[in-house]
Amino acid sequence: MAPPVPEPDPAQSQPYLAVRDLTVRFDTEDGVVRAVNGVSFSVRPGRTLCVVGESGSGKSVASLAILGLHNPRRTRLSGQILVGGRDVVGLDEKQIRTMRGRSMAMIFQDPLSALHPYYTVGRQIVEAYRVHHPSAGKAEARRHAVAMLGRVGIPQPDRRFDRYPHEFSGGMRQRVMIAMALVNHPDLLIADEPTTALDVTVQAQILDLLADLQSEFNTAIVLITHDLGVVSQVAHDVLVMYGGRAVEQGTVEQVLRRPQHPYTWGLLASVPTLRGDPDADLTPISGSPPSMINLPAGCAFHPRCRYAGETEGRSTTEIPLLRPAGEPDHLVACHLSDADRARLREHEVTPTEVA
Amino acid sequence: MLRFLTRRLLSAVLVLFAVSVLSFLMFFALPRDPVTAMCPKNCNPARLERVRQELGLSDPLYQQYVGYMKGIFVGRDLSSALGGHCDAPCLGYSYVNSEPVTRTITRVLPVTLSIVLPAAVLWLALGVGLGMISALRRGTLLDRLAIGFSLAGASLQLYFVGAVLLLVFCYTLHVVPVPHYTSIWSNPLDWADGLVLPWVTLAFLFSAIYARLSRAQMLETLSEDFVRTARAKGLSKSTVYGRHALRAAITPIVTIAGMDVGAALGGTVVTETTFGLQGLGRTVWDAVREGDLPTLMATVLIAAVFVVVANILVDVLYAFIDPRVRLR
Repeated sequence: MAPPVPEPDPAQSQPYLAVRDLTVRFDTEDGVVRAVNGVSFSVRPGRTLCVVGESGSGKSVASLAILGLHNPRRTRLSGQILVGGRDVVGLDEKQIRTMRGRSMAMIFQDPLSALHPYYTVGRQIVEAYRVHHPSAGKAEARRHAVAMLGRVGIPQPDRRFDRYPHEFSGGMRQRVMIAMALVNHPDLLIADEPTTALDVTVQAQILDLLADLQSEFNTAIVLITHDLGVVSQVAHDVLVMYGGRAVEQGTVEQVLRRPQHPYTWGLLASVPTLRGDPDADLTPISGSPPSMINLPAGCAFHPRCRYAGETEGRSTTEIPLLRPAGEPDHLVACHLSDADRARLREHEVTPTEVA
Repeated sequence: MLRFLTRRLLSAVLVLFAVSVLSFLMFFALPRDPVTAMCPKNCNPARLERVRQELGLSDPLYQQYVGYMKGIFVGRDLSSALGGHCDAPCLGYSYVNSEPVTRTITRVLPVTLSIVLPAAVLWLALGVGLGMISALRRGTLLDRLAIGFSLAGASLQLYFVGAVLLLVFCYTLHVVPVPHYTSIWSNPLDWADGLVLPWVTLAFLFSAIYARLSRAQMLETLSEDFVRTARAKGLSKSTVYGRHALRAAITPIVTIAGMDVGAALGGTVVTETTFGLQGLGRTVWDAVREGDLPTLMATVLIAAVFVVVANILVDVLYAFIDPRVRLR
C-alpha cells in the first residue's frame, strides 16, 4: 500500500487539487494531438470548479489525466498534478491505482453505459469499497453500500441493492454512480458532464444532491460541462477552455457576469433565456472547434473571433497568455486591451440572463 | 427463469415437429420408390411387395408418419424385417445395413461425440485465450503472431491440415497412433490417444475464427464506458480485464460456439473421412450414397435435435450471463 494521502488542511487554505502547467499529448497515426496545452487550476476542499468548453476543448482529457486513465504508451503528460500534495504525473499504474476511487473518484456522463450491465448495482458498489478496504467482510461492505445508496436518495436501498442497472431510471442510475464514487469518501470528485444525459428536472436534483454531499464530506469537485446553466447553479470557480488552453478563469460571478474573453461572450450569447425577448434569435459562435492536431497559429480562437482583426495582427502570430483581467483571481488570455473588451462586451452579451 | 425455459422448450418442440414432418415428406415425395430405396440389393418383386405391406407404405402418408413417430416414442412392430418388436426409440430398419437404425446410431454417435466435444473445449479455450491475449497486447509481436496463426487457420481446409498432420505426426514421427476409436469407458487413455489428432486439427481450424472474433470483441469492450469506470474505481488490471471486460466480450462468442458445436455434432463428414473414423458424419454420407432412406431420415432428425438443443443451451447460458435477457 502507498502511504496514505495527507488530510486536507482544515483551514481550507490549501487546494486539494492543484494542476500546474498540464500538457497532454497523444501520438496518433495522423500526428500529435495537442489535447491540453499548459493548463493550471486548483480546487480547495468544499469548492466546485466548473470546466467549460465545447467538445474537443480538452476538458475531459484533462480530467482523465488527473486519474491517470490514459493509455501510458500513447500519451505524453507533463506538468504537475498535485492531489492532496502528491504529484500523480509519473506515478506508475500500481501507485496511482491505490488513489483512484479513494482519494479521487469520478462519475461519467452516461450512467447506463458507465455501469456494468451484467452486475447488480450493489455488487459494483461493494467492489469499489472492498478494493480499498481489503479487510472488510462482505456483510460490512454491503452495509456501507446500502447506507450510501440510501444517502444518495435511492428509495428502499436494501432491496435496490440486488437490482441491475437497466432496472433503474436515468436519474437513479446517476445516483448509483455517485454512491459508487463516494463510497470511500474521496476528497476529490471529478464529474464529467454528470447531468448531460438526464432530463432537466432530474438534472437539478442531481446537482442538488452533489452540492449536499459536498457540504457533508467537504469534497473538492471538478465538474466538466458545456452547460452554463449548470455552471451558474453549482460553480464557485470557472475555467473556460478552448483549443486545449485556458482562455478565461475566475469566480463564477466574474466569469458569468463580467466575462472578458470573446469566446466566453459567445458561449453566453448562445444560451437561451426565459426572461429575454422571446423572438430574439440565439447567437451561435460561428465556425467549428479547431483540430487538435493542427491548432491555428497564434490565438487558437482567432478564426472564429469577430475581433481578431483589432489586435494589429497579433492574434495570428502570438499565443495570448493568461493575464489579470482587472479583478483579483480573474484571468483572461486575449490580445484585446482591457478598454477594448469593456467596450465590445456591451454589444455582445447581456450577462445577467444566465445567472 | 422457469417461464423463459418453458417457452424455449415449447418452441423447440415445434421446430422439431416441423423438421420431422418436412424430412418425412421430402423422402417419401422423392421420385424414387421408397421400397426400392430401402431395399436396393437382392430384391425380388415378392420381397419388395412384402416390405411394402409390412411397412404400411400403401397407407396414407399421415398414417405412415404417425407410425414412424410412434416408433420413436413407444416402439412399433417390425416383424418383417426384425422378426419382432422394435423397442422405442425405434428409428426404423435399414435394409442396406441389415440392422435397426437405432443400433447403427448408438454405435456411431459416441464416435462423433468423442471427436466434437473435446475438440470444442480445445478450440474455445485456445481461440478465446489467443484472442484475449492479442487484444490486451495489441500491436505487439504476440498480437501479430496470433493474427497470423488465425489467418492460417481460417484459410486452410480441414482435409489438407488433417492430411499433413497425419503424415507428420502419425506416419513419419510416430508420436501418435493411427486415429481410431475406443470407448472412453473401456480405455480412456486409448480413447484420447486415438482421437488426439482430429481434436488438434479441428481445434486449430475452429480456434482461428474464435481468436479473431474474441480479439475484436475484447477490443470493442475495452473501449466501453464501464471498463473505464472499473479502472476509475481503482480495480487491478486483472480484475478489470478478467471480471469486467471478459464477461461482456464473451457473450456473443457463446452464441456462435453453441451453434458451431450443434452443427458439428450433426455430422463431421470431412473430419471423419479424413481420419477414417466411422461416426455420424460418415454414416450420413454412406446413407446418401446408398439411398438408405431410414438411416438418412434418422440422422436428419438427430442433427436437428442437436442444433435445437444447442440453441436452448445458448439461450439459457445467455440468460445467466446477461441479466437483461431474463426479462424478455
